[in-house]
Amino acid sequence: MDNIEARIEAKFKLDWPGFTLDVDLNLPGRGVTALFGHSGSGKTSLLRCIAGLERASCGRLVFKGKIWQDETIWLPTHRRPIGYVFQEASLFPHLSILGNLRYGQKRSDGAGRVGLDAAIELLGIGHLLERKPDTLSGGERQRVGIARALAVGPEILLMDEPLAALDLKRKQEILPYLERLHDELDIPVIYVSHSPDEVARLADHIVAMDGGRAVAAGPLGETLARLDLPIRLGEDVGVVLDATVGEIDAEWHLARVDFAGGSLWTRDHAVPVGKHVRVRVLARDVSLALDEPGMSSIQNCLGGCVESVAADDHPGLLLVRVQVGASLLVARLTRRSAAQLGIAPGLPVKVQVKSVALME
Amino acid sequence: MLTDSDLQAIWLTIRLAGITTLILLLIGTPIAWWLARSRAWWKGPVGAVVALPLVLPPSVLGFYLLLAMGPNGPFGQLTQWLGLGTLPFTFWGLVIASSFYSLPFMVQPLQNAFEGIGERPLEVAATLRASPVDTFFSVVLPLAKPGFVTAGILTFAHTVGEFGVVLMIGGNIPGVTRVASVQIYDHVEAMEYADAHRLAAVMLVFSFCVLLAMYTRRSNTRKAA
Repeated sequence: MDNIEARIEAKFKLDWPGFTLDVDLNLPGRGVTALFGHSGSGKTSLLRCIAGLERASCGRLVFKGKIWQDETIWLPTHRRPIGYVFQEASLFPHLSILGNLRYGQKRSDGAGRVGLDAAIELLGIGHLLERKPDTLSGGERQRVGIARALAVGPEILLMDEPLAALDLKRKQEILPYLERLHDELDIPVIYVSHSPDEVARLADHIVAMDGGRAVAAGPLGETLARLDLPIRLGEDVGVVLDATVGEIDAEWHLARVDFAGGSLWTRDHAVPVGKHVRVRVLARDVSLALDEPGMSSIQNCLGGCVESVAADDHPGLLLVRVQVGASLLVARLTRRSAAQLGIAPGLPVKVQVKSVALME
Repeated sequence: MLTDSDLQAIWLTIRLAGITTLILLLIGTPIAWWLARSRAWWKGPVGAVVALPLVLPPSVLGFYLLLAMGPNGPFGQLTQWLGLGTLPFTFWGLVIASSFYSLPFMVQPLQNAFEGIGERPLEVAATLRASPVDTFFSVVLPLAKPGFVTAGILTFAHTVGEFGVVLMIGGNIPGVTRVASVQIYDHVEAMEYADAHRLAAVMLVFSFCVLLAMYTRRSNTRKAA
C-alpha cells in the first residue's frame, strides 16, 4: 500500500429525501479507479462531492495529504486542482473549440502536468479548434470536453460516465482515446461508469457502489473475481487478466496471450508480440471438465483446481472459481452439471475457455 | 411637420427612457440574478413586489411615490437633507418614478434568461477554475445576451409609453417633465387634433417597430437554436 501522502481519503454522508450517500473510502493516488454501480447507486453523487459540486454536511476529503474538506475547511470547486468531465460534454456554446479549451487553461496557474497542446494532441482534436460546439458530433464534443478538463493541468481527473450519452459507434470512437489517457497520464483518474465493459477496459481499481454505499473495493482483477460481489452483473460476470502477446499464428489469424497461469488463443487483433494487454474472460464462456476433452471446437484448455463455489442469480446456476496457476477464472455452470461432476473446493479440473476478449 | 415643443417632448422622452433603462440594467440585473438563483422563502414576496407595477394602476403607484418623495415623505426628507430639494415635478423625480414603474420589464426577461441557462454551465466554469464573479461575466452574461436585449428594449419602450405616473409625479412642465404622451394629451385638450395626430403617429410607428424588431429577433434565434 502506498503511503498516506499519495492516497485520497474520501468520507461523505449525504441525506436527501429518498437517497443517502454514506461512504468512507481510501482511494489509490494513481491509476484509474472506477466507481461502478447501477444508476441511483450514488456513484455520481460521490464524484460530485469529491469535486465540491455537492456539499455533504458531514464530510472529510484529503487529497494526497491536502485537506479539501473537513469540519472547518471547505475548498470551493474552483480552487480544487481537478479536471472534470461531465456526462454531456457541456461545452460553452458562445465560445469556439479553442475558446473552450483555453477557458480553463487561462485560469489555471500553469503548474499542471498536461499542457494545452498535449491535450489537443492526446484527444486528436487539432482540426476542430476554429469550429463552434454546435457543429461537432457528440463524440467530437466529448473529446473536446475531456481535452478541456486536461488543459487546466489537473492533479486528478474526474469523469462522470463520459460515454453514457453516446451511441455504440461514438463509444467505439472515444474508447481508444480513453485507453491512451490510461497509458499516458500520470495523474489519478476517477471514472464513474455502469458499464462492466468500460470498467474492464479502463480501470485499475474498482469501487462497487450500491444504495449509496461502497460495497466492495480493491484492485480490478481481484475484485471482479470475487464471487460474493454484491452487485448483480448478470451476463457480465467474469475476470480480467493481465497478459502479454506471446505469439501470432499468421496462418490461422490467431494470437497467443500469456498470463500468470497459462496461455490462451484468441483472434489476432494486430497487436504486436510482447505488447501488454488485458484479457477479459466471461464466466459464461468458461466450462469445466474432469478429463482432458478429446476432439473439441474449443481450443483453450487449461489445468486448474476448484477454489470456491457460490450461488448465482438464477437458482439453476452456480459460479465456480478456479485457480489456474497464479490466476483465478470464474465459470458459470448449471447446478446439475456441477453435481454430476462432483464440483467441490480442491477438485482438479480441466478449464475450457470458449472465447476471450482482448483489450489493449 | 412637428412643432418645436413636440420635438422637445420627444427628446425628453428619449432621454428619460434611456437613462431609466441604464439605471434598471444596473439595478435589475442583480435582482433578477438573485430571483433566478435563490431558494430563500422570501423570494416569492420579493418577486411579487417587483411585479406589482404590472397590475397596479399607474396613478396608485404615482400617488405613493409622490408622498414618499414629497417634503414630508421619508425619501423627500432624505433628498432635502442631502441638499437636493424635493424631487416631484423634476426630471430626476421622473427618472426615479420610471425606474419603479418599468422595473418588472427589466427583471422578468432577465430572470427568465438566467433561469434558462441552468446549473450546468456554472458548474463547468467552476471546474475550470472560474470564481463565481468571473463565471457571471465570462459565462452568464454572454449566454444571457438575448435576454438583456429583450429586457432593454421592453424597458425603454415601456418607459416611452408611460403616462399616468408622469402626470402624478412630473406634472406638465415643458422641457422638464412634459414627455410625448403628455404632449399628446395637451394637444387633445386644446383641440389641436392635427398636432395630436402627428405625434400619435410617431408613437404608433415607434412602438410597432420596436415590437416588430423583437418578434423577428425571437423567431430568428429560435431558428438558429
